Amino acid sequence: MTQAQAHAPDHYYVPHHSYWPIIASVSLFTLMLGGATLLNGGGNTLLLVGLTLILITMFGWFGTVIRESEKGLYSDQMDRSFRWGMGWFIFSEVMFFAAFFGALFYARAYSVPWLGGETEHGALTQSLLWPQYEAAWPTNGPEKIGGFFAPMHPWSLPAINTLILLSSGVTITWAHWGLIQENRPQLLKGLAATVALGFLFLSLQAYEYLHAYQELHLTLGSGIYGSTFFMLTGFHGLHVTIGAIILTVILMRSLAGHFTPQRHFAFEAAAWYWHFVDVVWLGLFVFVYWL
Amino acid sequence: MSTVSSSHDLEHGHAEPPRGLTRWLITTNHKDIGTLYLLFSLTMFFIGGAMALIIRAELFQPGLQIVDPHFFNQMTTMHALVMIFGAVMPAFVGLANWLIPMMIGAPDMALPRMNNWSFWIMPFAFTLLLSTLFMPGGGPAGGWTLYPPLVLQTGQAFPFVILAIHMMGASSIMGAINIIATILNLRAPGMTLMKMPLFVWTWLITAYLLIAVMPVLAGAVTMLLTDKFFGTSFFNAGGGGDPVMFQHIFWFFGHPEVYIMILPAFGIISMIIPTFARKPLFGYASMVYATASIAFLSFIVWAHHMFTVGMPLAGELFFMYATMLIAVPTGVKVFNWVSTMWRGAMTFETPMLFAIAFVILFTIGGFSGLMLAIAPADFQYHDTYFVVAHFHYVLVPGAVFSIMAAAYYWLPKWTGHMYDEKLGKLHFWLSVIGVNVLFFPQHFLGLAGMPRRIPDYALQFTEFNMISTVGAFLFGFSQLLFAYNVIQTIRGGAKATDQVWEGAHGLEWTLSSPPPYHTFTTAPEVK
Repeated sequence: MTQAQAHAPDHYYVPHHSYWPIIASVSLFTLMLGGATLLNGGGNTLLLVGLTLILITMFGWFGTVIRESEKGLYSDQMDRSFRWGMGWFIFSEVMFFAAFFGALFYARAYSVPWLGGETEHGALTQSLLWPQYEAAWPTNGPEKIGGFFAPMHPWSLPAINTLILLSSGVTITWAHWGLIQENRPQLLKGLAATVALGFLFLSLQAYEYLHAYQELHLTLGSGIYGSTFFMLTGFHGLHVTIGAIILTVILMRSLAGHFTPQRHFAFEAAAWYWHFVDVVWLGLFVFVYWL
Repeated sequence: MSTVSSSHDLEHGHAEPPRGLTRWLITTNHKDIGTLYLLFSLTMFFIGGAMALIIRAELFQPGLQIVDPHFFNQMTTMHALVMIFGAVMPAFVGLANWLIPMMIGAPDMALPRMNNWSFWIMPFAFTLLLSTLFMPGGGPAGGWTLYPPLVLQTGQAFPFVILAIHMMGASSIMGAINIIATILNLRAPGMTLMKMPLFVWTWLITAYLLIAVMPVLAGAVTMLLTDKFFGTSFFNAGGGGDPVMFQHIFWFFGHPEVYIMILPAFGIISMIIPTFARKPLFGYASMVYATASIAFLSFIVWAHHMFTVGMPLAGELFFMYATMLIAVPTGVKVFNWVSTMWRGAMTFETPMLFAIAFVILFTIGGFSGLMLAIAPADFQYHDTYFVVAHFHYVLVPGAVFSIMAAAYYWLPKWTGHMYDEKLGKLHFWLSVIGVNVLFFPQHFLGLAGMPRRIPDYALQFTEFNMISTVGAFLFGFSQLLFAYNVIQTIRGGAKATDQVWEGAHGLEWTLSSPPPYHTFTTAPEVK
């Protein structure tokens, strides 16, 4: 079936029923049950089964959608629905990060100064609880939770990582131009460069974590600084990993000859997502590492 | 071209659905999924209701009679989680699934497979949540607001509760994305935004609230999880964090959440009143703007839940005045509903009775909310039964009555059968009397100083508690009439016409009753 036939303008396209959503629900349930079991001190078997099921679901479900798309079944209207869906999904991710940025700002603007005796509100807190505590940032609090640590220096690895992510934003745009101008080599080179930069970022981030744990004694348990540092950079790293995997899939699809200059929303969705992790990183660099 | 289209139809699900249980597991049809959501919600309504009756039975007399205090606390916590995430929210999503495609002239929801997933996550999430009641140490007992450090003392149930909330959040976000994509992308030609039925408008705005705040709840409960299991200090003052910070993050979700549970109700009431007053809705545009204003304000009032917890004076003042400001757009809505009825040719079928009761009783809940918004007064009311009375007035004769009204109003369209009007009216009167006997005395209890979330109380509170419990059992058991009426209507009954109600207008009433499996396969013309 050619694309022109499928896009009958007078008729809506409705995807047919599918087993994947219910398989996804069972997989997610297994994963969550496994996670809770593990946290309660049980074994990790269920968790691993859940993870495997989730991976199978993703291969199966995304595979179905890619095959249908390549058969030309999706209309322009479907394409727009995907765009709205992806756009608002990314917005929900932004709000997830906002919760953690909010925690960072709240700790720095309120809870730490109050513990240090600032304002009438804080003066009582300090004199009653920890009279000798002086507010500062970074801090692991008046009880020095996690022991002595040194903060991460912004103008070393993190600055290099900033350059890497910003460059990857350029390479993916260059790849997009290649796709639009039907210049396949440019598309492939740009994508490969983006994926490489993504994984390079992740390796450096892993090295930075090692450095933090082994030399700076900065851990997830280093009070509020360690908590916000590792939760923000950790969730960002997780999203970079997801983005890099998505881009790898897009690279493989490009190698397989998918996408036309007119219809390549999967590529664009991956690029949107990549720009989103890029922007979150800029926020992290400024507020977590630098200021 | 037409031959291509029809073979295409057969290949892609315009044919008949599969039979049996499988149909419901793999369906991508908005009507099937809407039905699943509504039946799930009804089930949860009875489970949460049973918990409420355990609470009220214990509170019938002072002293400890029926349950031990720990179990009582599990009941108050679970009752809230089940009713909010299991009963009210899924009911509105179910209504959205059934109605939005029919109201805007769409074939189905924009992302039908994700729609299936959104629903089928829910039964699994609630299996996780409800299973905690049978675990060593029992279910969560620190209140649905999950405040640390208390909630961190939860036993084995803790990770189950947190992960169940993550699943519910994922379901809500996907549901909301689907609704936005459907409304913005699948409207029939001519269905401009300002021609959309108000139910569609209120849901569009609600969907934005959901996408904005459910991830924040996910963030908050993730921090709880890492504080408990991975040594973080978000809510530990010793590490430089603050337990009050949880309350800020939680209520940044929590306040828009209460509007998530009432805006679709506003939409329903704005559909029903014009039908039975036989007049177009008064002030359509102002209704849209009022809804949007309420949604915007809902983001900047969260700390009115925390007046007594300790906040700089400027914060108390800001949140007090911002909260009172919400009364303005809400007042616009109540005014418009009353003006719609003014000099209308009114009849009082069951949906209209519920709608009128909504307008009056929701307004009572709104007024007590205004009282609670006054920070110095809230210092007295905080954590008393006055608060319990307030939010139950907006949630039960508010949100739940609107869902009942919607069920009676659209059931003939969905099933093709009329419900039993006599039974419906009986259900209404028992409910409206029951709900007031149940919740009105709680205002007095709260003003007299009875704290919420306690299994025992001082002797002077006995009479009002007894009255409240009698109302609870009256209200609770009358809901069996509703379930019976709904099931009977699904099974059979007098044939409903396509328009069903004499004064009903809108695309859904142009379809047959029941409507075809795929609503509009080609776009209808909207003038």
